[in-house]
Amino acid sequence: MNLLIDSLTMVCLALGCFLGLTGGIGIYRLPDFFTRLHASSVTDSACAFLILFGLALQAGWSLVTIKLGLVFFFLVLSSPTASHALAKTALNSNQQPLLGREDKR
Amino acid sequence: MIKHIVYLASALGLFWLMLSGHYTGFMFGCATASIALTLFIAWRMDVVDDEAEPIHLTGQIFHYWLWLAMEVAKANLDVCRRIWSPKLDISPTMICLTANQKTPLGVMLYANSITVTPGTVCVNVEGDKLEVHALTWSAAEDLLDGEMDRRVCRLEI
Amino acid sequence: MYAATCVAILIVMALALLRAILGPTAFDRLLAVNMFGTKTVLFIAVFGFLTERPDFLDIALVYALVNFLGTIAVLRFFERKHLAAKTEAEESP
Repeated sequence: MNLLIDSLTMVCLALGCFLGLTGGIGIYRLPDFFTRLHASSVTDSACAFLILFGLALQAGWSLVTIKLGLVFFFLVLSSPTASHALAKTALNSNQQPLLGREDKR
Repeated sequence: MIKHIVYLASALGLFWLMLSGHYTGFMFGCATASIALTLFIAWRMDVVDDEAEPIHLTGQIFHYWLWLAMEVAKANLDVCRRIWSPKLDISPTMICLTANQKTPLGVMLYANSITVTPGTVCVNVEGDKLEVHALTWSAAEDLLDGEMDRRVCRLEI
Repeated sequence: MYAATCVAILIVMALALLRAILGPTAFDRLLAVNMFGTKTVLFIAVFGFLTERPDFLDIALVYALVNFLGTIAVLRFFERKHLAAKTEAEESP
């Protein structure tokens, strides 16, 4: 049982780190501000969830788990608001988004 | 009004219980005092109403969050694949959507759901018109299908 | 395990910081700083587990809120500047 939880934690943390690195690479590979916003929103939601969930598995049922949940709750509440505010202000300051349709589906 | 005050007070009490970890008489006294002060300030600010404490949503919102979490996971995979793919097949798009929700709260919920999903960001809200920037044309098409819009509408009733 | 996670998060933070320094526009910089803040929250949480001091979570909690407020405050400044420029342009045609 202990081994199972440990390995599950490791998988969660590894996946979370991978998503974080994806976001980190994403803000270099993507061409303009508005597309970079999407890369950072990947790291904000899923990466935070996976890492905090991995930690919560180690903590077991205690006050620490609840606090981890609260950290996640605040991150998820605040990060979309911050991205929306960033995008809106950028558009208002005459930042033109790069548009183009390469993957015609 | 009374309903909202009771709801806010119990939510604050629960929040205190989660954060504190010290359960002695004096600490409970402090908790009561701070909750009373917060309630008084909230009442003075006139934010104790349906819009600030959407009690009527409490029932179905968990079901919706579960569905939203699935959507976010799917969108995450898609965006990750596109970031790592060597030729970076993205197609940034701006689209306009009409939100069919009746209340401002519903529109807010819809816009926030769009933003929290990777690959789509709600840029501007004016009345019931939403401007959305999408990383790919397929993500924009999924939004235009209106599945999320319908689900938020059902939440409102 | 925790140490490896810490290192990975630190790498992402370094990437974000580099983007904040390079960033062509001010918004790129802000985006990078916001991402840096989110990663800091995660880093504090993991570091608390690494050193077996779960009290660090309280700091992470506070930092999550302060980081959001910081981003909004700077954006507010931009919006103000934009509005001020607009009214000035209207007043002196």
